[in-house]
Amino acid sequence: MGCGRIGAELAHLLDVEGHKVTVIDVDNASFDELPPDFSGMAFLGDATDEEVLRKAGMEQADVFVAVTRDDELNAMAAQIAKQIFDVPKVLCRIYDPLREDFYSGLGVEAISPTRVFVRLLKERLEG
Amino acid sequence: MYVIVVGGGDVGHYLGKQLLDEGHEVLVIEKDARKCEHIEEELGDICLCGEASEIAILEKGGITRAEMVIAVTGEDEDNLAACQIAKQKFNVPRVIARINVPRNEKIFAKLGIECVVDAVYLVSEHIKAETMLFPLTRLFSIKDKGLEIVLVRVGKNSPAVGKPIGELSLPLGSVVSSVISHGEESQIPTVNTVLREGDQLICLVSTENIDLFQAIFRGS
Repeated sequence: MGCGRIGAELAHLLDVEGHKVTVIDVDNASFDELPPDFSGMAFLGDATDEEVLRKAGMEQADVFVAVTRDDELNAMAAQIAKQIFDVPKVLCRIYDPLREDFYSGLGVEAISPTRVFVRLLKERLEG
Repeated sequence: MYVIVVGGGDVGHYLGKQLLDEGHEVLVIEKDARKCEHIEEELGDICLCGEASEIAILEKGGITRAEMVIAVTGEDEDNLAACQIAKQKFNVPRVIARINVPRNEKIFAKLGIECVVDAVYLVSEHIKAETMLFPLTRLFSIKDKGLEIVLVRVGKNSPAVGKPIGELSLPLGSVVSSVISHGEESQIPTVNTVLREGDQLICLVSTENIDLFQAIFRGS
């Protein structure tokens, strides 16, 4: 969910590795980020809508990843994937580092880019 | 009581004022600085400018001593996040969320937020009541008891026309509390009150029997 730079790049990498990938976004223009040879599916719709998710094949999904720019939207979609569709592995991007642990406690794996990037910078500085 | 209102739009602003008037301590958390300014001009220093789903902002707003959090922004995901964090991280005793997309009521319940107010539904039902084009409108739901207060209109040729209330096969537990006839004072009916086409009834009915109830008054 979310076809910005990160979503599109991740979808591309997984597609190249031979996984079956569906990208969901509310903005049709966002699919321009996908490479021309992307063989997965681009699905226009709101990923907090159960019906949209069902049509996008959520019931068969092994993994769901929410990477829009909106923390709250990512958190909501990820919880729907986990609690309603029982998707085995759910990841979401949460910028707010303090909330990473909170959502992880709700059964979804939250990743804070802020925290990851800070760690990376620190490693580089020390290295 | 210390109440945190999340969202300083029209609803948050109005609600904040009403809570203050009742003597409660209120904090409105709003991310738009201009809206904060507008509220503070009228209601005093009661705003905190920031994202209410950020833990640091909630802590700054004294969430640990809040007895109630009411999230009324126009974005359902923001209301969900604020309520979940308030309830599950800070153990706020009562959280209430506004939802703007009716389908989210079920989703919120599954994600632990049971008390929601559906803005679209409420406005639509009230407009339906004003149009007088619908046989039944839901005025108020008492959700935890499974009861609804409804306004029904006795339709043309409906099975209820010309009958006393006592002879209608109303679902068990239904109460007709008021009958409003055109051009007359409203009256508290008895079992002998005879209904006429166009009469409006204010009734208490169980949610599961709404369709049965409606069929008795629906015209043809």
